[in-house]
Amino acid sequence: MLFEALTLGLGYNASLVTLGAAALGMAAGVTGTFLYLRKRALVSDAISHATLPGIAAAFMLAVALGGDGRGLPVLLLGSAVSAALGLLAVQWLASRTRLTEDAAIGAVLSVFFGFGVVLLTVIQTLSTGRQAGLEDFLLGATAGMLRSEALLIAVGGLVTLAIVVVLRRPMLMTAFDPSHASAMGVNLTRTDIAMMGLVMAVTVVGLKIVGLILIVALLIIPPVAARFWSDRADRVVLLAGVVGGVAGWVGAAFSATAADLPTGPMIVLAAFALFCLSFLLAPGRGLMAAALRAASFRTRVHLRQGLLAIANDQPIYETLTLRLLARRGLALPDGVPTEAGRAAAARARLDEERWAIVRADPSLELAAARYDGLTPLEDVLTVDQISEIDARRPAPEALA
Amino acid sequence: MAAELQLAAAEGRRVAPGDAETAAFAVRGMTVSYGPKPAVFSVDMTVPEGSMTAVIGPNGAGKSTLLKAALGLQTPLAGRATAFGQPVTDVRDRIAYVPQRASVDWGFPTRVIDVVAMGLYREMGLLGRFGARLKARAADAIARVGMAEFADRQIGQLSGGQQQRVFLARALAQDADLYLLDEPFAGVDAATEKAIIAVLKELKARGKTVVAVHHDLSTVTEYFDRVVLLNVRKIAEGAVGEAFTADTLRAAYGGRLAAADLPGAVHAI
Ligand SMILES: Nc1ncnc2c1ncn2[C@@H]1O[C@H](COP(=O)(O)OP(=O)(O)OP(=O)(O)O)[C@@H](O)[C@H]1O
Ligand SMILES: [Mg+2]
Repeated sequence: MLFEALTLGLGYNASLVTLGAAALGMAAGVTGTFLYLRKRALVSDAISHATLPGIAAAFMLAVALGGDGRGLPVLLLGSAVSAALGLLAVQWLASRTRLTEDAAIGAVLSVFFGFGVVLLTVIQTLSTGRQAGLEDFLLGATAGMLRSEALLIAVGGLVTLAIVVVLRRPMLMTAFDPSHASAMGVNLTRTDIAMMGLVMAVTVVGLKIVGLILIVALLIIPPVAARFWSDRADRVVLLAGVVGGVAGWVGAAFSATAADLPTGPMIVLAAFALFCLSFLLAPGRGLMAAALRAASFRTRVHLRQGLLAIANDQPIYETLTLRLLARRGLALPDGVPTEAGRAAAARARLDEERWAIVRADPSLELAAARYDGLTPLEDVLTVDQISEIDARRPAPEALA
Repeated sequence: MAAELQLAAAEGRRVAPGDAETAAFAVRGMTVSYGPKPAVFSVDMTVPEGSMTAVIGPNGAGKSTLLKAALGLQTPLAGRATAFGQPVTDVRDRIAYVPQRASVDWGFPTRVIDVVAMGLYREMGLLGRFGARLKARAADAIARVGMAEFADRQIGQLSGGQQQRVFLARALAQDADLYLLDEPFAGVDAATEKAIIAVLKELKARGKTVVAVHHDLSTVTEYFDRVVLLNVRKIAEGAVGEAFTADTLRAAYGGRLAAADLPGAVHAI
């Protein structure tokens, strides 16, 4: 069943839902990267919680006007309006009062959400017959989703992606260095509004699938996971899109396998799994790579120190150093150097002396920058440069 | 309140010199205030093309504010700024700005080359490619500040002085005609300072105009040909020999300056 779900084998509608979730996840990951880099993640939490009263009010209004009230476009429109109000409220509180932004976010989030819950309760007591399933907007549900709804979500996600492609440069520049961006002619206010607009679009489009409580996770987890893999913003954006897309796909497929599995939590769990993988396995910044690097670095430091101690006829006390030297046949377990150990020690000392000359010469600044006490000079300079440095060494007999 | 200040600014200033048309950079009647107290008050300043001008004054004198307001990063209460006879906002392509010790997030996923590429934004636009020609320009700018080795490093893995050089490279890549630098020498070592000043002198030799906020009074004469002394108001402006004197410095810094710091003493060495 799960296999069929993952490979779009559960029929046309389920497949459309899975594709829609993937498109939404991609849009969320990509948009979320800019949000994360601009350090506005929490604002999006306020926005998403602020959608609830809009959904409820749109439903009531539609019913009052004699409509069905369950049409997705109407509900999304209502959610967008109240999300925008929530965003404006945060901006206004943060800039015009003494409240800091986090306090403003807390206030707006709880007031709007609380109001929304009240409206939901009212709806439930008023129109018992036509339970609209508005609760589905809290955690997302794809069961019984209409084809047109899935299509709306997929298209919304793709349009958002396209806008991001156009605005990526100003958004990145604004996030990195606003004064410079502004001096380059980027309109900071408009860029920020555009970014929050995109976030609002993702939030609103994602209401049906992910739900308003967890959409912030789908915006933020992908960029944080992607950050482990690259130091380049453009790649982080792309990877976040991939992480979000895969999470949407897998999560939607999982939730399709059982009737009562809410979609939002499944998608977010899938994203979290990808985050854990990145955190552990990413080369460079991942936990395992870092641990391996630290271990190998420690080995090199101990070996170098041990060899320099041998070269200077000093005793070695560190047991780890002794063990490492012994394992490589450079010294006996009691610390007495072997023939190979003495030769290696002489090389280490020669290297140190050459480095000392390099580091004192301002014309070799670039090479000197790579000094870490471990890298052999041969890795940094050419043979010719090294023989030129050897010519400057004061006591050639030390070569022996 | 704002209106009062505006009025005072308008009344208080003398008739501006009429050479803003030909100057590379000119500020007229600039008054900027963050609160009830102006940070910059009715400042006029004229920078001839091809000159190197130091903006000098104590901490909080309004040097950064003056540059920001001139660039439109801060809304002034009164005054305007022109570059090459046109409003600054119309000639952004020709102006490069290096903010004071950029307070950026050093963990940002961006390498040296990516930062420098941001200096090419006006040419790339929204969708233009960062193609071979622009890449070469960015690489050249990085090489000019001696950072070629570090082009692929994430910027957080650089020392403070190296970071400063990257921001200078970002301005160089822009290939502008006017360079506004806010304390380019802050926190860099002597060798780096020499390297940076060599780059700036080379710009001047190519007819470019450089304006730099500068704090080290002992090097003003050596590095710059013009000075503007600022302490909320403009204290003095002109060629280094005329405007950078013990009297003007005392006026700008008050009594807080030791006699040894004054230009007379510097010349005597
Ligand atoms: N964003 C701000 N909000 C409020 N006041 C500010 C702000 N920026 C600067 N000021 C005030 O304006 C005055 C001028 O500041 P500015 O940064 O222009 O000084 P500066 O001459 O560049 O000083 P420094 O040598 O320390 O860089 C100071 O009194 C400062 O406290
Ligand atoms: Mg300053």
